Amino acid sequence: MSLLAEVTGSLGPIGYGLAAIGPGIGIGIIFGNGVQAIARQPEAYGVIRQNMLLGFALAEALALIGFVAPFVLK
Amino acid sequence: MFGSVVVPADGCHLLSGCGFPAPSADIFTWPVLASFHLFGIEFNITKPVVLLMLGAVMIMAFFLLAAAKPKLVPGRFQSLGELGYTFVRDQISREVIGKDGDKYVPLLVSLFFFVWVLNLFSIIPIAQFPVTSKFAFPVGLALMVWVTYMVLGMKKQGPIKFFTNMMFPPGLPKPIYLILAPIELLSNVFVRPFTLAVRLFANMFAGHLLLTIFSIGAWYLVSPSVVGALGATASLTMTIVLTGFEMFIQFLQAFIFTLLTAVYIGGSLHAEH
Repeated sequence: MSLLAEVTGSLGPIGYGLAAIGPGIGIGIIFGNGVQAIARQPEAYGVIRQNMLLGFALAEALALIGFVAPFVLK
Repeated sequence: MFGSVVVPADGCHLLSGCGFPAPSADIFTWPVLASFHLFGIEFNITKPVVLLMLGAVMIMAFFLLAAAKPKLVPGRFQSLGELGYTFVRDQISREVIGKDGDKYVPLLVSLFFFVWVLNLFSIIPIAQFPVTSKFAFPVGLALMVWVTYMVLGMKKQGPIKFFTNMMFPPGLPKPIYLILAPIELLSNVFVRPFTLAVRLFANMFAGHLLLTIFSIGAWYLVSPSVVGALGATASLTMTIVLTGFEMFIQFLQAFIFTLLTAVYIGGSLHAEH
């Protein structure tokens, strides 16, 4: 099989860029809706903030794994 | 002690014909200060280890001092210690686990302040290295949390019931369990400790790298030119702004680490209904 196309150079940053798209959207949704929820029901601030941070931590983990991967898999 | 931090040579500036000495992952490896053998294992003492012990001693000293002579009207140290304790209890434990989580507040308090202090070393002059950006330390902490919530779950729910409760949350159509059960098992037993460690590690790693890049950038751009002067100022400003941002991230990561620990412990205490 002949080689049709090849990508060379520093692919790590490109990989990180791709890995950051999903969590970026996710974190935006989480905080957007969190702020909206607080605005609608300020008395539930404690519960909302705690769940907001929880969701943020879970979404952010993906981006951080994407950040570490280029260092590990050189 | 300052080790292998890549500091550009004195003459390495913008117009002196030398490329930007970008820092790499090498700035996280430190020279061995001392080493000894114990039970056939080689122990190497490096700067992060020294900082780790310093952090542990600092926290122990602080809380011992705070709880040494408890009075009804608290003194300076006691009220500071109580402030930290009630913060973790009310904001994390009571919100996530509820009243019966009060038994685990000492663990959560120690975890929170330990992680926070280790993170804070990132911006304390002379130390200037977040201990948690060495992967082994978050892994150790996450393993401790893992053992805690696994053992607790098996004790409170029964060793087999714990796993069946975890894998088969009630109230779903039967065929769903074919997909859900392995996913739940994988995420609860293996992915949880992994992401717990990686989240803390990667945040501190990225933060330290970011600060290093901008401070080396400021030094590199110092040169008798308009671009250099403006760039160096901008880079230095960025370093200061990022230091403030890092302070926030350090607190947030310690908080999230403790919050997730509380969530896992809470999940082990009461099976999902």
